[in-house]
Formats: sequence, structure tokens, C-alpha cells
Amino acid sequence: MAGLKKQEKVIEGILKGSAWFTILITIGIIWVLLYETVIFFRHVSLIEFFTATEWTPLFTIKKYGILPLLTATFLTSFIAIAVALPLGLTIAVYLSEYANPAFRRIVKPVLELLASIPTVVYGFFALTTVTPFLQNFIPGMAGFNALSPGIVMGIMIMPLITSLSEDALYAIPGSMRFASYALGASRFQTTFRVLLPAASSGIGVSVILAISRAIGETMIVAIAAGQQPRLTLNPLVPVETITTYIVQVSMGDVPQNSPEFRSIFAAGMVLFLFTFGINNLGLYLKRKFYQKYEL
Amino acid sequence: MKKSLIILSVIFLPAAVLLSSCSPRSSGKGEALTGEVKIDGSSTVFPLSEAVAEEFRNSYPNVKVTVGESGTGGGFKKFSRGETDINDASRPIRPEEIEACKANSISYLELEVAYDGLAVVVHHSNTWAKEIKVSELKKLWEPAAQGKIMRWNQIRPEWPDKEIHLFGAGTASGTFDYFTEAIVGEAKSSRGDYTASEDDNVLVQGIASDELALGYFGLAYFENNQDKLRILPIDAENGNGPVTPTAETVKSKKYTPLSRPLFIYVNSKSLERKEVQRFVSFYLEHCGTLASDVGYVALTPDELKVTQARWEEFQKQFAK
Repeated sequence: MAGLKKQEKVIEGILKGSAWFTILITIGIIWVLLYETVIFFRHVSLIEFFTATEWTPLFTIKKYGILPLLTATFLTSFIAIAVALPLGLTIAVYLSEYANPAFRRIVKPVLELLASIPTVVYGFFALTTVTPFLQNFIPGMAGFNALSPGIVMGIMIMPLITSLSEDALYAIPGSMRFASYALGASRFQTTFRVLLPAASSGIGVSVILAISRAIGETMIVAIAAGQQPRLTLNPLVPVETITTYIVQVSMGDVPQNSPEFRSIFAAGMVLFLFTFGINNLGLYLKRKFYQKYEL
Repeated sequence: MKKSLIILSVIFLPAAVLLSSCSPRSSGKGEALTGEVKIDGSSTVFPLSEAVAEEFRNSYPNVKVTVGESGTGGGFKKFSRGETDINDASRPIRPEEIEACKANSISYLELEVAYDGLAVVVHHSNTWAKEIKVSELKKLWEPAAQGKIMRWNQIRPEWPDKEIHLFGAGTASGTFDYFTEAIVGEAKSSRGDYTASEDDNVLVQGIASDELALGYFGLAYFENNQDKLRILPIDAENGNGPVTPTAETVKSKKYTPLSRPLFIYVNSKSLERKEVQRFVSFYLEHCGTLASDVGYVALTPDELKVTQARWEEFQKQFAK
């Protein structure tokens, strides 16, 4: 009996240890990020970092303005959401309210397959297929640009929006639908006037998670968006996102412990703060959403 | 039980046959030579050295040849510590690197093995740029241009009032050092607002799909993409007029200042080892044909003779 209790304790200890392990790793990563960022800001002023409009840490005239990288990150993410939200939501509504179960059983796994394609494949798809295709319609579009990886990134995050939004629609109690029909509303009216507003916080969560995924996405933009930091909202010219810059410096031979090298930690910190904030917003909305239907 | 035995034999029998059939390769005279040759250095010279090493491995299967590509400077660091036998270099050795070799009492021989040209290219449908002057390239690429020279007509007024999209070598590449030194006048001195990549294929991709692009990279990469790119003849403003980089103009040094010799540096101590001696001789015998195979320009027969004579002299002095 005592032996069994001891065994139980050991197992509990291992379980507890693994839980702590992940927490410690997270703390370790944040600490390294913070440490390097603080040293970086001893060389570069915060004001320059957030207001300067050029980013050229590796060159003769060193400018440390994160804005060009930030605008590029937001530009590609915005395009991705602009593609993924209408498309993803339409599919979610169709699957949840209109499609017959047999069709739903086929389409859902296929959609989720989209999410399992390696991002490097998406990247080359954007560069070698989507960009040349778009160039047929948009003369003067550069080979590296924000539009094509943005669209492809939208396709990548679409299943995320579809799947979560569909869950949200599905979770709405049947009584709500029946009440709407009883009042004489059509299926279309029920879906868009009653169900979508009711599921809006769930849909909000899906969008926020998708945004956070798009902001942190690396491979697609590194391959197809270019490597030239420039402050622009023009989606047709080469830009460089935060993630691309980090990849570029990590692969080159920039001396460690130099401000140039530390700039990737500062850039990473900015990225982290954004995705952290956005994820928390998502969690907050999610909590709200679950409270709504506990009745 | 039986079933698993059959499965096992099905899997392992072919493997066994395969193994036994490849182990004794055709026994030639190269079998006797054993040992190791360590090469590191420039990523530009790498394709040539790797091609030579591949041929060498065929003739001398028991010599292990490793070719690294840590860049010319990184390679010289190892070379000056005696860690490598041969260093690939896309520029001559620098004074501080000579000092480092002296400090470790390492003597060496410099051998030219091929020529490389840097190509300045534009999109094939670019209708305005027919050639470019060195002074215009300087105006375009010097640090002062950063954020200022952004349109084609700022380089030459008759060129269109359109954005210019620049593509060039990344700061870690020898090409970057070389281009900035030849054009701007100081190594590593460049504007920073352009698409910078160490991978020449990225630059080719970028320029080939951008009508407003201008960029530079090794001539070898142009030859494979002639249908999508157009090369700009360079006017060095020395009275020769614009010169297009070709095997001839690179070799004759008429294409200036963007043609450069490629070198290997051989550690004299390594010559005590037969395999290194044999490898360098092999290198000089084959670099002519292999250079053009990998896209570089071979030395002229006369130049090759001079190089070979120097190599023989060096061998007499140091080999045992």
C-alpha cells in the first residue's frame, strides 16, 4: 500500500515537472529577449526606434527605424485577413447552415488539409505561381511584393477562420433558429440577422487568432515578399517584414554582440508584444463568448 | 514465424548484394593515395573547387576532400591558424591576414585559377537603359544615395521618372565586398535600402520579375537566365566606351572594374603530404575546363603556364 502511494507521488512529480518545464522555457525565452533588447536600447534610442523611417542596421549609414518592418508586417497581414475573412466566413456559414451533412463531411477535412501544407510550399507557390499570374493583370507589379504572399497567407489562415467560426455558429442553441423561423424569417435572414450576430464573439476570436498567425508568419513572406525594408503601403513593391529581417540576419555572418545583431531581438520583442497582446484579446473574447451560452 | 523470415530476407538480401557489389571499386592507380585535403574560404570560388574535388574523388577515391564556404575572410582566419590546407579567395590576401599567417609561421603560395565578372543587369523589357557609367553606379550605390536616389531619372535625366528597385549582394558575401570596393571605392560601404541577399538565385528571381529592377551578381548566374535578364555594358570612363562582360572582355581585363581574379592559397606545410601536392596539381590541370563548366572564365593558356611554373617552383622548395 505504502509502495503504491510512493509510486503515485513519483508520477505526480513527473507530471508537475513537465508542466513547470514549459513555464520555465517560456520565462527563459522572454528573459533572453528582454535582456538583449535592453542592451540594444543602450545603443539606440527608443525614439529613433519608433519614429525613424529607415531600417538599415547592416549598412554604412545605420538607421534603426522599425516602422518600415512594421508597416510591411501589417500590410501583408491585412491583405491576408481581407482574403481569409470573407471567404472563410462564407464557407463557415454555408457548411453550418446550408450544406447537407454528406458534403460537410467531405469539405471540412479537405479544408483542414490546407492548414497542414508546409508554409515553405505556400511561399514558393506565391513566388512562382501567384505572382506571375497576378502580373498578367497588374502591369508594373514587382516580382517580390506584399500582395501575392498576403493572398496566399490568407488562403493558409482561412481554415482557421472557417473552422472556429463554424464551431461558433454550430454552438448556437437550436431554439434560436426555431424562434427566428417562427417569426417568419427566411433562412438567409435567420443566418445574417440572427445567427451571425449571436456568434460574433466566436467569429471575433477566430479572426484575432488568424491575425496573430499572419503577423508571426515567416516563411511565406521571407520567400515571396522581398528583403527590402521600405516605408510604404503599396502592395506591389518589395517589402521586408519583421520576421524576414530576423531570418536574414540569423543566416548571415553579423558579429554577435553588435547592435546590428541585437536588432533582431528588439525586432523580435516588438513582434512578441503584438502577438501576445492580440492573443490575450482573443482569450478575453473567448471567455465572454463561452459565458453567453452557459444557460 | 516463417512469414517474418521471408519478409526479413526480402528486405536484407538486396541490401547485402548491393553492399558487396559496391565496395571494391575498379582498382586504378589512384587507389594507393590516401589522406585528407581540407579546403575552405570564398563561396564564389566554392563551385569551382567543389567541381575539381568531385573529379579528384573519382580518380583518387581514398583521399577525403572537404570544401567549405565560410567566405574569403572566414576562410583566411582558419588558414592562418593552420587548420586548412587550401583557402579559396575571391580577392587577394589582406595585410592583416598576412600578419596573422606570419605570426603562426605559415608560408603559402597564391595561385590564380579563374576569372569572374560581376554583371549589372536589368529586366529584359527595360527599354531605356542601354549602358551605365561607373560614376552613375557610384551615385546610385554609395551610402549617400540611401533614401535619396529612388528614381531612374535621378541617375540620368533622360531615363523615365519611375521608381528604381535595387537588388544586390548581402553584407556577408564576398561579392558585396568586391562590388562596393570597385564601385563606391571602399569595401562594405553601400546604401542599405535595397533587396540584399547572399543567395544569387533570389536576386535573379527578383530582377527577372520586376520591370523597374537593377541589380548585380556573379556573371555565372546570368548565363543561365539570359532570356529574362539583360546585361548592362559598363562604361569605366577610361576612353574605351561601354564594355559588355563576356569571356573575352573579362579575360582581357577590358571589362573593368567589375572583373576579378579568383585564387587558391596553398599552405606550404601541407605540401609535406602527397595527397595535397597531387590535389593542387590536379586543380591546375583541370581548372581550365571546369571553370567554364561552372560559369567562370578560364585563364589563358599562357597565364596557366606561368601559374603552373610557379607551382612547380614552390613544390621544389617545400615538398619532401
